[in-house]
Amino acid sequence: MLKQIDIPENDPVAVADRRALIDEILAANKDRPGGLMVILNEVQSKIGFISEPMQLYIANRLHVPVSTVHGVVSFYSFFTTTPRGRHTIKFCMGTACYVGGAPQLIEKAKQVLGIEPGQTTKDGAITLEICRCVGACSQAPVVVVDEDSHGRVRPNKFPQLVRGLTEPGGN
Amino acid sequence: MAFFRSHVLVSVDPECLKRGALEVVDALHDELVAQGLNDEIQVLETSRIGDPVLFGPDLMVYPEGVHYACISADDVPYIVTEHFLKGRPVEKFRAQERVVVDEELGAPKPKEVRVVLRNIGKIDPNNIEDYIAEDGYAALAKVLSEYTPEQVIDVILASGLRGRGGAGFPTGKKWQFARQNPGDIKYVICNADEGDPGAFMNRRVLEGDPHAVIEGMTIAAYAIGSRQGYIYCRAEYPLAVKTISIAIEQARDLGLLGENILGTDFSFDLEVRIGAGAFVCGEETALMASIEGRRGEPRPRPPFPAVAGLWMKPSNINNVETYANVPQIILRGAEWFASMGTEKSKGTKTFALAGDLKNTGLIEVPLGITLREIIYDIGGGIKDGKGFRAIQTGGPAGGCLSEEHLDLPIDYEGLASAGSMMGSGGLVVMDTGNCMVDIARYFMDFIQEESCGKCTPCRIGTRRLLEILTNICEGKGQDGDIERLEELSGWIKATSLCGLGQGAPNPVMSTLKLFRAEYEAHIYEKRCPAKVCKALITYNIIKETCTGCTVCARNCPANAISGERRQPHRIDPDICIRCGICMQVCNFNAIEIN
Repeated sequence: MLKQIDIPENDPVAVADRRALIDEILAANKDRPGGLMVILNEVQSKIGFISEPMQLYIANRLHVPVSTVHGVVSFYSFFTTTPRGRHTIKFCMGTACYVGGAPQLIEKAKQVLGIEPGQTTKDGAITLEICRCVGACSQAPVVVVDEDSHGRVRPNKFPQLVRGLTEPGGN
Repeated sequence: MAFFRSHVLVSVDPECLKRGALEVVDALHDELVAQGLNDEIQVLETSRIGDPVLFGPDLMVYPEGVHYACISADDVPYIVTEHFLKGRPVEKFRAQERVVVDEELGAPKPKEVRVVLRNIGKIDPNNIEDYIAEDGYAALAKVLSEYTPEQVIDVILASGLRGRGGAGFPTGKKWQFARQNPGDIKYVICNADEGDPGAFMNRRVLEGDPHAVIEGMTIAAYAIGSRQGYIYCRAEYPLAVKTISIAIEQARDLGLLGENILGTDFSFDLEVRIGAGAFVCGEETALMASIEGRRGEPRPRPPFPAVAGLWMKPSNINNVETYANVPQIILRGAEWFASMGTEKSKGTKTFALAGDLKNTGLIEVPLGITLREIIYDIGGGIKDGKGFRAIQTGGPAGGCLSEEHLDLPIDYEGLASAGSMMGSGGLVVMDTGNCMVDIARYFMDFIQEESCGKCTPCRIGTRRLLEILTNICEGKGQDGDIERLEELSGWIKATSLCGLGQGAPNPVMSTLKLFRAEYEAHIYEKRCPAKVCKALITYNIIKETCTGCTVCARNCPANAISGERRQPHRIDPDICIRCGICMQVCNFNAIEIN
């Protein structure tokens, strides 16, 4: 028997304009060879996450088993199944950053924000993440705030990076 | 033909036109006539001189080579009087060249030879005309008009170009196999999934000279008989994705991609596909699975991609740097390329220098150069006056090399025989402050996290290796651990499915070989000689040096530091989490590790 899943009211598939966005992405890419990756990348970047109902919805529209979609979503670290914070702070853990002091920086971040990497602050402002080498090794250690890279960040400079992000309406 | 003593070039690209370039041209003509110089000075309209956003509309005066920026029609009479009549260039209008400090790629250093990086930072990557001005697409035109596909392959074979992704397979052979395998549909793929930590050469090539990659791929497509190509770029490189996408559009607009390229019956088009953060997708079979929209899991080879690749069609897959070399080889000849390098490794290689060096960044050197030349002559030696400990080459699948390898000429065979590999070209230099057991643990942590889980040796073996290494770093190492690491490493190397697993034990094996005493100190003496492993060290404040400035106490994430202002502080070892922040923030070097 098929597992029935409950769709929360605020899930993107239940919200008209969000679903229209998913439909638009599906329509543009569903006939492309290998389109599933393209679709998931687009959905992740435009909506911010790919929930279980969204995976089911995409699978139905593509006429593939939901296990196929879930298999791809769970394989790649860029795809997330829960909403992220309004801002994402990523710590590069490439070799140069590791050697250059990224672990100390992460300690500091945990202290400042009170969350572990992978978690989001209670007010939904910031998600902390550890990421793979961002390829800015000569700037190590590197912190990526949303799209902007910051190089040579020392632990005592970290609070400055976060300041603008936590205020209401800050961006 | 009229003879002019000076020529004035005016930029009339769309941005400059918006800013009144034509009015400047008219004013120049009028003013030259008014001052009777119209027989001596010629005004020419040209596409663009400098960056139009910063400088436009701008003028270039030859033969002096004076560059005037942000000129309006009102400025013209003064320039004509001063410069053309009196012969005094007007300093206040001269373009102030932006001095951009590129921390990744500076001016070529001694011993560097730039082939792949030649255009980067010099041309505007978002303007195809800049690339064409540097002989761009001339190689493609030459190939399409003068060479048969077989002749192209012969040139690449003769050049001795080998895969720059790390394994070093001869590129010409790869193309030959893909050409010989029958099939109507064939694919050309560019591996731009530069995942090795410490490597960013391909990112800079895609961001700085995208058309070289497109041209190289198009030539490969002609050689193997393909109509469709894919560039698979990792999601961590958003700017590279944007730049290469713009470049593809521009090439299409000029008929350099698409149907009937340059009026021939050869057609080829490109599409960019973006990864989603899986290291294993740098492995070619996993990469193709990802393009197909599936989980990026590798599969056994044979069949090789040249036989059954993307969607089971014959495919040729090369790395960014490999393709970027191709147009230069075609234009300058196989002999030129083969004149650089060693007997079996020809040409140049880009490396990303990182770690504890004075000069970090991107370099390009002829193969055969020694590590000593790279570290000391180009990298400027170890920073902060510390000593050289090790250099890590080839990413997580590579290995560490030590002092004794410094005079080793770098080529594919040389690095392999020393227990490391070329890899894509990341070089991370470590000084004496690095614990080699901790470094091995770091790489194993990376690999076991990125293992796709398909084959057992890699999935479970790397985890077991990580557990043993973690125990050693935490002071729980036991007699026999070193032997267990060695045996397990041997099995993982011999039995894993793909390059990721086969290379996974390399950091462990190479550090064990070179720094065995360090492992033994951890296991038998419960001591970390480099003072890195947290469980084996304590932080201590030197009473005599401490000024009581409270910086350490304020920055300590665990509140383990106490003390009155202006009095020596102390660290409570039971609360201290040994993060080292106090040592980093202390301005008086009053913190020591025991």
